[in-house]
Amino acid sequence: MEDKNNDILEEVTGSEYKYGFYTDVEMEQAPKGLTEDTIRFISAKKNEPEFMLDIRLKAFRHWQTLKEPRWAHVQYPPIDYQDIIYFSAPVKKPKLESLNEVDPELLETFEKLGIPLEEQKMLAGVAVDAVMDSVSVATTFRSTLAEKGVIFCSFSEAVREYPELIKKYMGTVVPYTDNFFAALNTAVFSDGSFVFIPKGVKCPLELSTYFRINAANTGQFERTLIVAEEGSYVSYMEGCTAPIRDENQLHAAIVEIIAHKDAEVKYSTVQNWWPGDKEGKGGVYNFVTKRGICEGENSKISWTQVETGSAITWKYPSLILRGDNSTGEFYSVAVTNNHQQADTGTKMIHLGKNTRSTIISKGISAGFSNNSYRGLVKTTRKAENARNFSQCDSLLLGDKCGAHTFPYIEVGNRSSIVEHEATTSKISEDQLFYCLQRGIDMESAIGLIVNGYAKEVLSKLPMEFAVEAQKLLSISLEGSVG
Amino acid sequence: MLSIKDLSVSINGKTILDGFNLEVKAGEVHAIMGPNGTGKSTLASVIAGRDMFDVDRGEITYRGQNLFDMAPEIRAREGIFLGFQYPVEIPGVSMASFMRTAINEKRKHLGLEPMSGAEFLKLMEEKKKLVEIQSKLTNRSVNEGFSGGEKKKNEIFQMALLEPRLAILDETDSGLDIDALKVVANGVNKLRSPENATIIITHYQRLLDFIIPDYVHVLFDGRIVKSGDKSLALELESKGYEWVKKEANMAAAH
Repeated sequence: MEDKNNDILEEVTGSEYKYGFYTDVEMEQAPKGLTEDTIRFISAKKNEPEFMLDIRLKAFRHWQTLKEPRWAHVQYPPIDYQDIIYFSAPVKKPKLESLNEVDPELLETFEKLGIPLEEQKMLAGVAVDAVMDSVSVATTFRSTLAEKGVIFCSFSEAVREYPELIKKYMGTVVPYTDNFFAALNTAVFSDGSFVFIPKGVKCPLELSTYFRINAANTGQFERTLIVAEEGSYVSYMEGCTAPIRDENQLHAAIVEIIAHKDAEVKYSTVQNWWPGDKEGKGGVYNFVTKRGICEGENSKISWTQVETGSAITWKYPSLILRGDNSTGEFYSVAVTNNHQQADTGTKMIHLGKNTRSTIISKGISAGFSNNSYRGLVKTTRKAENARNFSQCDSLLLGDKCGAHTFPYIEVGNRSSIVEHEATTSKISEDQLFYCLQRGIDMESAIGLIVNGYAKEVLSKLPMEFAVEAQKLLSISLEGSVG
Repeated sequence: MLSIKDLSVSINGKTILDGFNLEVKAGEVHAIMGPNGTGKSTLASVIAGRDMFDVDRGEITYRGQNLFDMAPEIRAREGIFLGFQYPVEIPGVSMASFMRTAINEKRKHLGLEPMSGAEFLKLMEEKKKLVEIQSKLTNRSVNEGFSGGEKKKNEIFQMALLEPRLAILDETDSGLDIDALKVVANGVNKLRSPENATIIITHYQRLLDFIIPDYVHVLFDGRIVKSGDKSLALELESKGYEWVKKEANMAAAH
């Protein structure tokens, strides 16, 4: 069995990244490297108002004083920040009246990814703001949302159309001084999404954005800002795949969420960027800062993520529970295979009274990969009766991978209740044989067992996303056996 | 249906089955009895295709094909079912999705269209009634938190859904109280037909009070040392295995 397992393990590494193709769309890009001129170029390209250029420049100057953080449990060669193209956008056609006017090759790319941009999504009741490289190419359902006063548009558009809202909220949850990658993003961010749900409105649609990294050597710096006013609700989904490229691609996104009194935001991610080849060559470096703040009383934010891609993942979707009785949730499935490395988790900072947080993290490691959970639960002096429950499970497939847990707990209040549970398990040969004996082959058996293991998290995803995520988990682990 | 000739099997160099022979025809029920550690479960595992054993000698043909040329999942899809002695738990995987996957894998193998959700639910209800399994069990994850008896009943339920040609029940009676035993036996009897065959592996004869076998074989030291009909099981019950051991040793001495 051992030998056979190893053979199958070898086989996994042979399987090609399913979404690895490259779209040749006419590009307009900034010259390589990062200087104030690059930043002025980006800002000018995007016709930004003066205030945005100022923020970018401040962030850039601050970034220059910072050092890249190296505390995560991941290893990678030094990144040459001067060898990266910081802006590239598909060349804009004069105004797009309908999808027919969108570059057909671009549409084909979405097709291959199985992203039904128009018809299907409409039927499914989903509005899509598709981001290809850096610029939004199509937006649907704007009118339905507009009727409710919901704003869902690209970040650049928001900067131009809603500068007051951007000024008011941008950088309030993740200031550019937060960390190295946050400063970098603020300086060079290309595009992203902006969502604003006005007071009392339940957003009638699941909002989704598909990000894609394309073009060699192009860093991707997305920026998302979600503001939910008092008593509003929104469910936002983000999904990504990327084509095969030989060079590492840097990705440093920022997501900020603000939930006011009685508001609820549900943020779901399925991330499947190119993880690199079987030797660990190439792949996306994903250094993301995601943070939400439950600003008002009784507000709630939940993060649900399914992470299967990237060569390196450095990502801690966190929550600051400032409003009394506010609730934070973090549900995560992180899969690493081959030579992937993931250091991911969350921070739950309890500031308000009776604040509650739940952390469910399911790590799955296969191949030669390393998968770490890193989490902080902190209750401050004023956070009376704060409660947290954390559960961190690791599943190992094969004997060459690693699973690590780094839980940090800081309790500043005697009335806090903080619980932490952790398990590590393997897929047993008995489980696999049981499936085989029922006629289910090895691949499907692993898919079934892994999906069962991750069920608690998958069930938190919106329905159609959950189906995609299940398939993704099976695909990501094709061939690996425990 | 199944023909085992001169089969010798070892694990880590230790011989477990040694010159084992067995012929099973459609419509027959065979009981294989014997003391612990004589290779009963090994036999079941080898037929099902567990690869922790070395087959040193001999052959197994199943419906005219060399069984060793077939991967375990192919054997299953071709109609071999093993009722496990210790059914394993698969957390988070519902019985329904597990069995629907199994059935559709089999249908695909046979060139049939996959079964729709509605058809499958109907089939499940039907089989639940047949084997008298409580409906709540099928809403739960595979064997998770099931009692010993529930796990065994669940094996019979799966057998009913998969409608195997050859069912091997490995110590399905162990650890069952009399009521559960009846439920299991009842299920097996209802599924009995002229087209399929059953091999019952058991330590005790009490299951054979409810499932009447056509043949009873006594396994000792890796081979069948005595075969007979139902009465052999009763004789074993009264005289104990020592009696067969003695006979076997005497035969070996000659």
